Amino acid sequence: MKKLLSLLVFACLASPVLADEVKIAVAANFTAPIQKIAADFEKDTGNKVLISTGATGAFYAQIKNGAPFEVFLAADDETPAKLENEGAGVKGSRYTYAIGKLVLWSAKPGFVDAKGDVLKKGGFEHLSLANPKTAPYGAAGVEVLKKLGLFDSLHGKIVQGENISQAQQFVASGNAELGFVALSQVWKDGALTSGSAWIVPASEYTPIRQDAILLSNGAGKPAAEALLKYLKGDKARAVIKSYGYEF
Amino acid sequence: MMLDPQDWSALWLTVRLATTVTVLLLIVGTPIAWWLAYTRSRLRGVVSALVSMPLVLPPTVLGFYLLLLMGPHGPVGALTQALGLGMLPFTFTGLVVASTFYSLPFVVQPVQNAIEAIGRRPLEVAATLRASPWDRFWSVVVPLARPGFLTGAILGFAHTVGEFGVVLMIGGNIPDRTRVVSVQIFDHVEALEYTQAHWLAGGMVAFAFFVLLALYTLNPQGSFRK
Repeated sequence: MKKLLSLLVFACLASPVLADEVKIAVAANFTAPIQKIAADFEKDTGNKVLISTGATGAFYAQIKNGAPFEVFLAADDETPAKLENEGAGVKGSRYTYAIGKLVLWSAKPGFVDAKGDVLKKGGFEHLSLANPKTAPYGAAGVEVLKKLGLFDSLHGKIVQGENISQAQQFVASGNAELGFVALSQVWKDGALTSGSAWIVPASEYTPIRQDAILLSNGAGKPAAEALLKYLKGDKARAVIKSYGYEF
Repeated sequence: MMLDPQDWSALWLTVRLATTVTVLLLIVGTPIAWWLAYTRSRLRGVVSALVSMPLVLPPTVLGFYLLLLMGPHGPVGALTQALGLGMLPFTFTGLVVASTFYSLPFVVQPVQNAIEAIGRRPLEVAATLRASPWDRFWSVVVPLARPGFLTGAILGFAHTVGEFGVVLMIGGNIPDRTRVVSVQIFDHVEALEYTQAHWLAGGMVAFAFFVLLALYTLNPQGSFRK
């Protein structure tokens, strides 16, 4: 038994690292594009990308507490700046890899009109949002509601996902009739993938600048630096654009 | 600074949820435990397995299926809407239903063990004295199986307080309705409000210890203690 156990431990510790691996933490709204970009990157460079997706605030806490990520693609620009100032990120490595767009989306065709008047008209029980405390798209959604003067009246209908993926999932499963999500989640090649949506005009909320940063764990690692560079390249930008982001 | 009003609201909601679920579990769980203890049916194994499944399944599985089942496209959702109850996800009632499933084995198993320990004899004696089944239950089973009921109630309550995954998946994090303590702690940690997280989390550690301490001192049924 003891032998078996030590063998197991050995097997776990000694898993071979063949090519270089990059461990990246990615904001949930960027899940679909990063999978495509990472696949291209792996094909083009032979490096392997290990992707973890989640809420930006959660990643911040994990990175501060020793998470092994080397590159962080956040959903905002504040968190990477904070990490840089606190010494968890490499100075000067920060840049905006995408500017996100907010969309009011419903899984039902025709439910959300092109101007978002459905918010005023009502006819829904639940409005889904990512937790505004920790997720930038959630905060942007609250900002829009406040600007429209609807926050107080709709406040009781808000349900929160822990991140933007869960916010979308509440809408996709029909449990919430509509919700504020990232355009990238419901957009592909210039069209909605399903349902109906109001693409919120950029003037209604603070631009969601999504910054990337090289974390201390990735400092001096060629594969990590290569990925950050790759993300700025034409091939990656074409993918990012196809999901409705700007630069 | 200690706890803010939202923390208190989460605490109060958690207590309400756990109390409701415990009462429901005793009502639902007792007949199941009774049946499992006395039946000779072939279905005994199947029912036992079904009741115990939440012990094995990750809460995410339960949360995922409950969200789909209770949603507008699911059969349970269709039923509750037809009954005019609306939909269960994102509601207190929804959490009650989910927690009842989730904590069922924690009540059924101790109660069932306690009933089995009584054996058939006392009930047969009571029956010869013309006690009705109802009377036999209240005057024989309940007093003799009391430690089992107590254990079940405490475990059911505590387990509901400790629930996180299912609530996260079907709750929608709504203040006063579905934001229970475990979710509130998660939010505090994510938002880097570690002081508040410590107050709540530390409180939970103390709570868990005292509940279990109460359980083991009130109910010292060690095998060699007689």
